[in-house]
Amino acid sequence: MWGVIVNRFKQGFRTLSYPKEVPVFPKRFRGRLMISAAETQCSIDKTKDPLGAVVPGKKPAVDLGKCLFNEEFKAVCPEGLTYSQDHRLAVSKREDLIIRDNEVKLAAALNEKTRRIFGRSLKLREVCAGSCNGCDAEIQAMGNVVFDLSRFGIQFVASPRHADGLMITGPVTKNMELALKKTYEAVPSPKIVIAVGACAISGGPFAGGKEVHNGVDGLIPVDLYIPGCPPHPLTILDGLLRILDKLEKER
Amino acid sequence: MDSQEFDVRNGQSWEWSAVPVLGEDSFRQKILEECSQWASPAGGGASPAGGGARLVNLFAQLEDSGSIRIFVMLGRDQEGKLPVFSMRISQDQASFQSLTPELPQAHMFEREMAEQFAITSIGHPWLKPVRYHQNYRNVPDLWAGIPSRPIPGAYPFYRVGGEEAHEVAVGPVHAGIIEPGHFRFQCHGEEILNLEIQLGYQHRGIEKMMEDVSAERAVLLAESIAGDTVIGHAMAYCNAIESLSDCEISPRAEAIRAIALELERLSNHVGDLGALSTDIGFLPPAAYFGRLRGEFLNLLMELSGNRYGRSLCRPGGVLFDLDQPMIENFRKRLLIARKDLKEISDLFFTKSSVLSRLEGTGIVSTKIAQELGLVGPAARACGCGLDVRTDYAFGMYRFHHIPISTVLSGDVYARSLIRWLESQRSIEFLLDLLTQIPEGDLQIKGSGLKPNHMALAMIEGWRGEIVHVAMTDSNSRIARYKIKDPSFNNWMGLSMAVRGAQISDFPVCNKSFNLSYAGHDL
Ligand code: SF4
Repeated sequence: MWGVIVNRFKQGFRTLSYPKEVPVFPKRFRGRLMISAAETQCSIDKTKDPLGAVVPGKKPAVDLGKCLFNEEFKAVCPEGLTYSQDHRLAVSKREDLIIRDNEVKLAAALNEKTRRIFGRSLKLREVCAGSCNGCDAEIQAMGNVVFDLSRFGIQFVASPRHADGLMITGPVTKNMELALKKTYEAVPSPKIVIAVGACAISGGPFAGGKEVHNGVDGLIPVDLYIPGCPPHPLTILDGLLRILDKLEKER
Repeated sequence: MDSQEFDVRNGQSWEWSAVPVLGEDSFRQKILEECSQWASPAGGGASPAGGGARLVNLFAQLEDSGSIRIFVMLGRDQEGKLPVFSMRISQDQASFQSLTPELPQAHMFEREMAEQFAITSIGHPWLKPVRYHQNYRNVPDLWAGIPSRPIPGAYPFYRVGGEEAHEVAVGPVHAGIIEPGHFRFQCHGEEILNLEIQLGYQHRGIEKMMEDVSAERAVLLAESIAGDTVIGHAMAYCNAIESLSDCEISPRAEAIRAIALELERLSNHVGDLGALSTDIGFLPPAAYFGRLRGEFLNLLMELSGNRYGRSLCRPGGVLFDLDQPMIENFRKRLLIARKDLKEISDLFFTKSSVLSRLEGTGIVSTKIAQELGLVGPAARACGCGLDVRTDYAFGMYRFHHIPISTVLSGDVYARSLIRWLESQRSIEFLLDLLTQIPEGDLQIKGSGLKPNHMALAMIEGWRGEIVHVAMTDSNSRIARYKIKDPSFNNWMGLSMAVRGAQISDFPVCNKSFNLSYAGHDL
């Protein structure tokens, strides 16, 4: 017993003061992509974009839902693309993931009625539908003492019948399609669906594969898209707090 | 005539025409002979690494000529060599005598071949699909009448009869935040008589995709085989490609890869200890281990910009360097982590209530571990001293040795303890390597891939032996990419661990293995 208490003091208090303060990400962290001013002449190197995340057009646009946030992606357009330290990426509409400049329309709060129901307590059921387990690991990490998800009234529950919504990872393999749909049906309405990671949004690295779908869209309706491969726990948390309108109003 | 020997080493590539082709009988005989010493209860006994060979890989490939070629790679752990040989069977009569009854290690490999190429292994005791997909030969699948998808829950599982026997079915969607899989327990009261694990829900068709995608995309796929083993699989992929393109990466790049691989091991081992504490309801260490896991992930993020080390390993080297201030910072943080790990582990491993829950639960004997061909910490916890880092040393491990740890008892306690022991060794290895990172370029350009070659790359990932085999065609394109995650060997170990245990022991047993569904399903 003494051991436990002594250890408890040694370990101290580790929870981040997020969202009041956002921790500093390391220099190499690859957050939201920034596209430089319109005039930049890009020599678009297609080989560096095997997943087709760059949207052709007068000015390069990037689909954050297809981007794996890998280092060499910048080389698609070396003069025009950089990764920022900004971890905020979640959006409410699929098309908002396509960015043309440094603005991004981050996720909006749920409508008032839904928010009234979920605002103080949101129970989610996680479904892994063919993910590599990277996204799931970050979802799980949100529960540790550093991020401490439950202080926001958000919890993951064991049964879809106890849940207010689903958090889905993976491209949705053909082998998981039925199980995913059944799980969705088992969630009582009103319900929300959150797609986490490039896979769940667009198929990610598996897009176009014979054994998978290209993400959740088209199978069940999605209310929140959180891109990344995998998204950082704070990116996911930011998305959740946004739809629940729990973030301090930004300037 | 069949006596040609063809041994390869880890990281080697060779023309695949050089691989001896044996007649069916001699192919079979040679495998059984080489493996008999390893697998035999009498020969193996208490000295599991006492010579002989084990099955490292067994897979099929279609030849231009139209026949099917079955390749086998045996691991002579003691010599660090792998005999490779093959046999041919015709497409019309795609069958051979199953090795499984004599060599249980072959059971999953044979099921996999049956599914991928519709090859019947005659006499296999349980020939059913592994991942539920159509075969690659475009012939009728072997399992007539069983729709290939969705995975039919009604597929005949192994059943125990009798009035008091009952069945418990779990999954594919589980209660926690974990991957999908189906577990079918046959029970008598609380006692588990048999557990059959049916996976495949995570099947994304990676092996096949590797043949079609560009090199730029292939490495991203390799990083996504199993999201908790990004470095392990990316390194295996890079090693295979580098070997096929005669590219020798710099010692500096090797050192940085090794640092990342050990950080990956640390984050997972420590995370597993936390998960085990959660499962036995001892929450303080669960919280501390969980936090400590994050420290290792954060070091990986510092290095590569991603918590799992994505974008670090690329064919030809690494994309990120470690400069002097970073090295000092890493050392400082590792020293703190070492102290924390010791304190938390002391707390965990000295509590009698923890020990009484873990000890004697979910035992896998040395003999069973050998027979099933378990690898990695799961095998080392059963006293089998195998580890790719020493047996088939690659990269930095050829110069910096890392002592292997083994534990004899084969229970949940052993699988927990092995994680602590290995974590300590990894930290020491890192602290040492960080003081003497060799010089060299981060990236070295290789030539194009050699045509008609095959390359073997083995890595000791945190779960154990990762094996990638890449084969090129006459146009130097990838014609076959064979991936083996350690989970492929080890899932059966979990089934055996819970045999005779209580249903309530399943969660701790499962956590003590913590196998990958995605890595298994590919
Ligand atoms: S988005 Fe990336 S991390 Fe997430 S499941 Fe897909 S491959 Fe894995």
